[in-house]
Amino acid sequence: MVPTDLRYTKDHEWVRVEGDEATVGITEYAAGQLGDIVFVELPDGGRTLEQFATFGVVESVKAVSDLFAPVSGEVLATNDALTGSPELVNADPYAGGWMIRIRLAKPEEVDDLLDAAAYDALIAAG
Amino acid sequence: MPYGPHTADDRERMLVALGIDSVDELFADIPAPLRASPLDLPEPQPELELAARLEGLAARNRTDLASFLGAGVYRHWTPAAVDQLLLRGEWYTAYTPYQPEISQGTLQSIYEYESLIAELMDLDVVSASHYDGAAATAEAALMACRATRRERVLVSRAVHPHYRQTTQAYFGGGLEVEEIPVVADGPEAGTTDLAALERLLADSDRPVAGVVAGQPNFFGLLEPMAEIGRLAHAVGALFVAVVEPVSLAVLAPPGAYGADIAAGEGQPLGIAPQYGGPYLGLLASTDALVRQIPGRLVGMTTDLDGKRAFVMTMRAREQDIRRDKAASNICTNQALLALAASIYVSTLGPHGLRDVASLGAARAAELEAALAAVGVGRLHPGPYLNEFAIRVPRARNVHRRLLDRGVLAGLALADVEPDDPTLKEALLVCATEVTTSDEIEQFAAALDDILSGRPPIGTEVGAGTDDPRARERAARSTTPTGAAR
Repeated sequence: MVPTDLRYTKDHEWVRVEGDEATVGITEYAAGQLGDIVFVELPDGGRTLEQFATFGVVESVKAVSDLFAPVSGEVLATNDALTGSPELVNADPYAGGWMIRIRLAKPEEVDDLLDAAAYDALIAAG
Repeated sequence: MPYGPHTADDRERMLVALGIDSVDELFADIPAPLRASPLDLPEPQPELELAARLEGLAARNRTDLASFLGAGVYRHWTPAAVDQLLLRGEWYTAYTPYQPEISQGTLQSIYEYESLIAELMDLDVVSASHYDGAAATAEAALMACRATRRERVLVSRAVHPHYRQTTQAYFGGGLEVEEIPVVADGPEAGTTDLAALERLLADSDRPVAGVVAGQPNFFGLLEPMAEIGRLAHAVGALFVAVVEPVSLAVLAPPGAYGADIAAGEGQPLGIAPQYGGPYLGLLASTDALVRQIPGRLVGMTTDLDGKRAFVMTMRAREQDIRRDKAASNICTNQALLALAASIYVSTLGPHGLRDVASLGAARAAELEAALAAVGVGRLHPGPYLNEFAIRVPRARNVHRRLLDRGVLAGLALADVEPDDPTLKEALLVCATEVTTSDEIEQFAAALDDILSGRPPIGTEVGAGTDDPRARERAARSTTPTGAAR
């Protein structure tokens, strides 16, 4: 079972909403599928993202995949620790491996995202 | 007999599986005018006749000329070891195996190529390899756009015209190339106009991703590279240096003057001038841009038993994996020619390469003096290495008449820059270590004859002129030694 306090996208990003801020990362399932992550490319702070637009790239030894913003808003912070330790995404996907924090421009977008049960069903279906 | 592997029956079954009626439907996305039309080929010939015909065509090439042509491709002496080693079966393919680590020798050769070129460039990362200098320059400009997330690149008009055309062709879909003018007169004539560059960079509505300049530039002149780089960096743009590799043995390398990316034509490193290619595109960058550089990167590591091993690294951004989001839509390389460059550079060694570059510079200085002695001066006053433009009235006509006298007098600049009035009466000439004093003398004398209206040697020997120098030269040139030149 994935953490129940988070919301999810079909593209395997997770979102933790606290007030008008959202923290974003990729799920344990996604990190496992990608394999050893060697590089994470994140946007500059201050950039404004549209929901489901590409905000960065995650690179493992076998693939390079786009990262999609689960919600619209301004990038408040990025996880600088990933520059030197991208393996945090594999080791600690829901905490130390977070990627960006966004100020929610449209809080109602969160309602469109999957809850834990729906995301569990998605990955169970493969 | 058809050489294609598929029978008509195979094709029919594939079409049925795809649910389409004809192979043409597979090409529906390509606009009709861009598709190849049926080839209009002559009837097949027996091998004997074909060989005779090809030899006849080859014989039409002039290989007897004293050549002063450079303009991006340079004649050098290639040690015999280079071509002999290239012929070995282990090397004689341009392809990297699809399971690359099984071919450690191929990977080691690429690793050595990257190491040697990185040392020449004084940059961290070299990718192996690209089609030619033009393609490498265009890739460098695209790298600058990806790295800065900006869409406008400034290219000096003193960068090779073909490289600028290729960059224009690669750009599209929102990316923009703008040209930096060249100083028209004064001591900096023929180099990038720094004041114009500053103005172009100041347009904050259209931030610049990268600034591209050549060293030496297309006219053979030395550019103020450090200053161009400083101006680019001041507005957050990257600096791309387009360089000639042999010159790096004596000139400051791109890493020393702050270039983020360097591109260049690898042909001078042991590859014959072979009618437009195949050549070798050099591309190098700082470590910060390692994820933007397209092409093969090979690293050295140790295997499970602790033995030295070579691995293909950063593969994940290439087209076979990342498709339309790949760093480049070109996914091939010039491994054999990269190997030629590696063998050439390591055969000569650092001292040998320095000798090649400085001998070329000395020959060019000799050429400048010989031409000045017959009244033909340089077009631009600034410093050069081994190539420079000369001012010649009716340049194209003179160029043609010099061919009749056995001299290939470089390039008529009007052929590549027809719209630039300052280049109407100019020839771009170069010398390298293979240029001889005899050839220089022959060029100067023939040019003197043509410009003073004297007929070709042998028609009216020394007649009709009061110039004792010309009479003496004409007499000398009809001696057996002169005729043999």
